[in-house]
Amino acid sequence: MTQAVVREAGSGALGAAVPRREAPDKVTGRARYTGDVALPGLAYVAVVPAAIAHGRVTAVRPERALAHAGVLAVIHGGACPRLHQTSDADLAVFQSSSVTYLGQFVAAVVAESPQIAREAARMVEVDYAVAPHRVELDTAAADLHRSPDRGPHFPTDCSHGDVEAALSHAPVRVDATYTTPPYHHHALEPHGTVAYWQAGGLTVHETTQGPSGTRDILARLFGISPDRVRVIARHVGGGFGSKAAPKAQLALAAVAAQVAGRPVKTVLTREQLSVVAGYRTPTIQRVRLGAEADGRLSAVSHVAYEQTSMTSDHAEYAAAPTRTMYAAPHRETRHWRERLHVPSPTWMRAPGECPGMFALESAMDELAHACGIDPVELRLRNDTANDPHSGLPFSSRNLAACLRTGAERFGWAERESPPAQLAGGRGFVGMGVAASTIPQYRFPSRANAQVDGRGRVTVRIAAVDIGTGARTALAQIAADTLGVGLDLVAVEVGDSALPSASWAGRSSGTTSWGTAVVRACEALRAEMARRGGALPSGGLEAASDTLDELAAPRTHSQHAFGAQFAEVAVDTVTREVRVSRLLGVFAIGRVINPVTVRSQLIGGMTMGVSMALCEEGVLDPRYGHFHTRDLAAYRVATFADVPEVEACWVDEEDVDTSPMGAKGVGEIGIVGTAAAVANAVHHATGWRVRDLPINARHLVEAEAAAGREAAEGDRAAAGEPG
Amino acid sequence: MENITLDVNGERHFLTVDIRMSLLDALRDSLGLTGAKAGCERGHCGCCTVLVDGRRVYSCLTLAVAVAGAGARVVTVEGLSRAGPHRLQKAFIARDAFQCGFCTPGQLCSAVAMLDEASRERPSSASGPSSEGPALTETEVRERMSGNLCRCGAYQNIVAAIMDVAP
Repeated sequence: MTQAVVREAGSGALGAAVPRREAPDKVTGRARYTGDVALPGLAYVAVVPAAIAHGRVTAVRPERALAHAGVLAVIHGGACPRLHQTSDADLAVFQSSSVTYLGQFVAAVVAESPQIAREAARMVEVDYAVAPHRVELDTAAADLHRSPDRGPHFPTDCSHGDVEAALSHAPVRVDATYTTPPYHHHALEPHGTVAYWQAGGLTVHETTQGPSGTRDILARLFGISPDRVRVIARHVGGGFGSKAAPKAQLALAAVAAQVAGRPVKTVLTREQLSVVAGYRTPTIQRVRLGAEADGRLSAVSHVAYEQTSMTSDHAEYAAAPTRTMYAAPHRETRHWRERLHVPSPTWMRAPGECPGMFALESAMDELAHACGIDPVELRLRNDTANDPHSGLPFSSRNLAACLRTGAERFGWAERESPPAQLAGGRGFVGMGVAASTIPQYRFPSRANAQVDGRGRVTVRIAAVDIGTGARTALAQIAADTLGVGLDLVAVEVGDSALPSASWAGRSSGTTSWGTAVVRACEALRAEMARRGGALPSGGLEAASDTLDELAAPRTHSQHAFGAQFAEVAVDTVTREVRVSRLLGVFAIGRVINPVTVRSQLIGGMTMGVSMALCEEGVLDPRYGHFHTRDLAAYRVATFADVPEVEACWVDEEDVDTSPMGAKGVGEIGIVGTAAAVANAVHHATGWRVRDLPINARHLVEAEAAAGREAAEGDRAAAGEPG
Repeated sequence: MENITLDVNGERHFLTVDIRMSLLDALRDSLGLTGAKAGCERGHCGCCTVLVDGRRVYSCLTLAVAVAGAGARVVTVEGLSRAGPHRLQKAFIARDAFQCGFCTPGQLCSAVAMLDEASRERPSSASGPSSEGPALTETEVRERMSGNLCRCGAYQNIVAAIMDVAP
């Protein structure tokens, strides 16, 4: 469990509430993002998207576009350099005539200005051989298959005990199906690339969550050595997973720069992002719970149905969090997947946990209702010190402290039954709770720490700050390890020319990079000590590589936990739901910077409110495209949708998860929010919304279902046949 | 192509532009003022918000030739701090009112104009068509700022920053 650590160095920097280092640049417009990069001779690329969902390109006629003044080139399958590696079909632009989703790049125009490029892109004529397409996820489809295992410790299906027998004998049962629609990341910075070739080497300014990984992928695509490729990402305007794996615009820009012999800029339009930037798969999830009358779980079954494209092996694993949340002797979690003629889904903030915990935590609320037990108390009764899946003890699991602290701060005891009425009798106020969890991963990284003759420190690592405050946190970690003032530490990130590092994703950035920075600074400190503290005039430097350290098998199960409390007002006339209060209490290890950590947590919770009430990707089965391709049709929460959101944390330090004692915090804020809101809506109205978002349509359906259930209950009570 | 004169941040610029060019592209591509951002290019996200004669506009939906033809004065995020940091810029830093920072230039320009609108007692749908000047409550600020999205979810902190400088 949680351990105390004695810090030899320490400067007070770790845990200090300091503003993010790039703040002055971000409020003055000086911060340069990929799309802001200007180069002499820059040309612009516009995309020609496929107009069919399935089939192949039979002809591309670029003549009209090529004749247009200012057009430099038209690139398509018949006029494109061959790529060295084509195994990732989503990146291998124009290497095949096959079309497997609507909007796939089939040609591109390179021109002197963005206006000319876009105009000419509409002049490119494309002929297709059309084949039938399927784009709707169907749990009865004949070609459903098991999602792939993700390594020996992460099988796609898990089963312990005899779930069916335990369910049939359980005195209290819940059996419900929950659905979530496709979700788009819509980071406000569109995916874009500025690329140029020089002496056989490739340099890109890229909207990426991982400069080192992107460099390696480009090297393989073009068959050149990684040291000939440089990926620069000084500032990235949000990612949420969509900028983790490179997207097609990167390969297109590199190819276009080759063809044009000039630097080029490719920035996708908001509409294209819905197709090319990835999205979270829709899910259909059946959760069955069996419990004793006191609420103790005897059986848990969670089966998730997901989709992927013809070109991607991505899987969401929505049932995975159920493996570690609650103890039950009989458990199963399964994942089914269907391949469709759709764009490739990808990781999105809390892949698996975000949709999965909506289902599990809604089902737990249904169980609390069925047992007549307070929902906070139900979760406390099913808490566990060991991970039910691996059997390992948790390195730290303070879910109970989060639930108790949150209940007290939120005023959970005032939760009224029946719920309070809105003014004028127009509706009701309800309160709901849900738990949050995120697994903790660390990936190998390298770092370099250098001190000059005057004691000023520079830390270098190919990390990237996508808005998390990574520069600031890494400076705090370095200052603390070295025992020097924060103002003496400079941090360089955002460039693959720096020591290779893992990506900003899966809540792993700060813990992975921070471990490498700690080790580099420890080595530097040891070297300074060996020299008796005297600094040579030329300074000193030390490097680290955490590959070996992180290869050791885990002795503990490592997860962050939390509890979210929502208060909603439901207008029973208009069916409008407003979230009036939201509180999250999290167990996230040691907090490196309370300012930026709080921003991450409330930012995740805000995205959770958006998921609960607003966001809904809608695919058109006739044509196979998203109807919801812009920010008017795909609604994300704005100021007026988001009320008082507050986040805090319990005391915790977890040195199994990182030498700083910290856990990753980027994702946990979005986990559980939607369930807390849906559970609050049920408390307010008695309507159980199992299909997100909680909009007027789904509320009307839930109201009708509640009416049917009540009528059945009356009939059963009167002894009538059903 | 059209020859135009654009007054931006107190300086006059002589430009030759494609008549289809948005004010946003003129600022970014022709003048190198890349503070205003292209987030959606159809007036949904607010990242491109700048001030035209003191009023907030989506520069992605505004033609450069139209602004030049009207002789209007444009102020971008770069122009807010000409006489030292603007108090809203300081408040944004103090409240950590951003994460990735991509929407921040638009949020700042929008907030500057919003405070001006409120001081002129322009009503909002939160206050209703009242003849009395609405008090600038947090609810008012949320309503009036809702044309600027922040996907990182810094709304709480942006509202706090604006309330810090509101009269």
